[in-house]
Amino acid sequence: MTVRTLLQSVTDAMKTEMELDDRVVIIGEDVGRDGGVFRATEGLHAMFGGERVMDTPLNESGIIGTATGMALYGMRPIAEIQFMDFIYPAFDQIVSELAKISYRSGGTYTAPVVIRTPYGGGIKGGLYHSQSSEVYFAHTSGLKVVTPSTPYDAKGLLIASIRDEDPVVFLEPKRIYRSVKQEVPDGAYTVPIGKARIALEGKDVSVITYGASVHTCLEAAAMVAREGISAEVVDLRTLSPLDIETVLKSVEKTGRAVVANEAPKFCGFGAEIAALIAEKAIDSLRAPILRVSGFDTPFTYTWENVYLPDAERVAGYIRRSMSY
Amino acid sequence: MKESTVMEKKTGMLQIIDNEGNYRRELEPAIPEELLLRMYRTMATVRKFEEISMGLQRQGRIGFYIGAAGQEACSVGSTAVLKKEDWIFPAYREPGALLLRGETVLQLFHQLFGNSLDYNKGRQMPNHFNSREKNVVTPSSPIATQIPHAVGMAMGAKITKKKEIALTFFGDGATSENDFHSGMNFAGVFKAPVIFFCQNNGYAISLPTSRQTASETLAQKASAYGIPSERVDGNDILAVYSAAKKAAERARNGEGPTMIEALTYRLGPHSSSDDPTKYRENREVEEWKKRDPIRRMAGYLRKKGYLDDESDRKLMDDIDKEIRAAAKKAEAVPKPPVESIFENVYSSMTWNLKEQMEETVGRYGPGYTGR
Ligand SMILES: Cc1ncc(C[n+]2csc(CCOP(=O)(O)OP(=O)(O)O)c2C)c(N)n1
Ligand SMILES: [Mg+2]
Repeated sequence: MTVRTLLQSVTDAMKTEMELDDRVVIIGEDVGRDGGVFRATEGLHAMFGGERVMDTPLNESGIIGTATGMALYGMRPIAEIQFMDFIYPAFDQIVSELAKISYRSGGTYTAPVVIRTPYGGGIKGGLYHSQSSEVYFAHTSGLKVVTPSTPYDAKGLLIASIRDEDPVVFLEPKRIYRSVKQEVPDGAYTVPIGKARIALEGKDVSVITYGASVHTCLEAAAMVAREGISAEVVDLRTLSPLDIETVLKSVEKTGRAVVANEAPKFCGFGAEIAALIAEKAIDSLRAPILRVSGFDTPFTYTWENVYLPDAERVAGYIRRSMSY
Repeated sequence: MKESTVMEKKTGMLQIIDNEGNYRRELEPAIPEELLLRMYRTMATVRKFEEISMGLQRQGRIGFYIGAAGQEACSVGSTAVLKKEDWIFPAYREPGALLLRGETVLQLFHQLFGNSLDYNKGRQMPNHFNSREKNVVTPSSPIATQIPHAVGMAMGAKITKKKEIALTFFGDGATSENDFHSGMNFAGVFKAPVIFFCQNNGYAISLPTSRQTASETLAQKASAYGIPSERVDGNDILAVYSAAKKAAERARNGEGPTMIEALTYRLGPHSSSDDPTKYRENREVEEWKKRDPIRRMAGYLRKKGYLDDESDRKLMDDIDKEIRAAAKKAEAVPKPPVESIFENVYSSMTWNLKEQMEETVGRYGPGYTGR
């Protein structure tokens, strides 16, 4: 066991798998000697050399397109997109190609690419270094979408993603890259894709969330606990395939659901969760399902603290649900 | 793989002034003294603005900074050939283009602080300057996206039989993005009156030019699109000016696009978040300091008799005072009110935005500016 940040766990997961499996390679901008702009690949170029840790030209569709080709050939590429905000030049390669290779070939080909990318606000990044555009990918059949909120899960989920036969979009909540620390096992282990986690047990209201927002929700739960409200916090960990069972079990227990995330609300991931709960567990509800999220605006620089749901805002929604 | 930057690529380039300011008379462009001094002042202002802004960033008073030190001659020398009706599509290292067009340092500081007088209403990170009035179009962070925009504007000017031309700036790294190729190809096919100005500073964050391309030069990419190109010493304001002047004339005469590859160097980090010691030698930086574009221009101006110790010192003093005063002033300006978060998403506010605005105002109070 070693105490690691979420970021260090990401690095350690890649190092661990690269030692075990020489088909695993890293490809991206500034991932080599520089170690990545967030330092996620620090030290790996020195350990594994430039053929397994490849600095590329500044071209995201090239990164994902070539990673897809390598994966078709049997390799296990990990492609880094420097910020999620810069993934769009690769959108065609991800959505039209990567996601559909298995289906369109009748399963005769697979493309097990992992796309790692830092996402979310809270680093003073303005419009283009803060986005949470997970739903574009969760909406795309054929892609798995994973996002950890703890160092332990980061390592276990990333290793599981590398080993997975399907393409995985692995979203790293950059706001908590260095702020959460935890004892993490050395060596390889996996956390299963498609399994949510109860981050805090409670009985009055289910707060369903993922990524950096998990920590905001835990803070909010602590706030309302002082008022006698017992909130259960569900950390989804995987957005697609969604662990609907854990969500429903929690909501059936509490009878109340608040979905929290920092992406825009309209057509956001909260809408899917709310629809599923309404379809499958309407009878257990004692209050309307509420969504607390970022605004339906692009991200903003000066007012990022107002844009991002903080514990106070989440607590407000929990109270609203309770007082219905 | 052997890595290399512009340092080692010695393929010919246009150079008019040397490091000491000696100049080749036969190539010297005719620039009026007044304009030369304005160009010099602008370059010096960019340098000082950056020094002070980096300081503000380190003190946590602004969130970020991405600078142009060492590259000032590129944006200033090329903008100088334009008419004020011409459009500029910048990236993030061209505050010089705005300043030469008469934008104030104070306005640039409003952007860095993201305050209520910032044209962007505090929505973008520092150094995303634009000015509708000065025909400098709003930049974004994603690399190379402005290139097709410049081509489209130029196509528009051509279709509507106007005389305006477009100038777009981008880096060496940008030439790897699809949008660079889309823009060049369209410009070639439609003979759009546009100048592609590539500031080849040898690096895209940590990666040297050899990671962007296996071709000898970036300028040669133009020939695949049927576009003429020229390589210039980007730290030589006269060379930049001359090449841009020729390109602008071609554009105005209906001869279509030109690409300029200017060889330059950023003396500072990629941005306030970057540690350049990870990927380049200090020796290289020292080497490029000898080619400082501002010092070279000063040398030239002295030789012309337009500048002396005393007027230079006075100019630097004035600039320093102007910038410090502007920084103070901009910092004191309140943030845009919280309601502004919800404006300009659409031309009129939709129900969901109204709902979210009301909720926000409910929490923070109407007109809240953080004070
Ligand atoms: C599409 C996209 N991918 C990645 C980035 C991250 N990034 C910001 S600046 C930069 C390097 C740009 O290099 P270059 O074009 O040479 O311009 P320079 O910074 O050297 O002026 C990168 C990779 C980005 N902004 N946009
Ligand atoms: Mg560059």
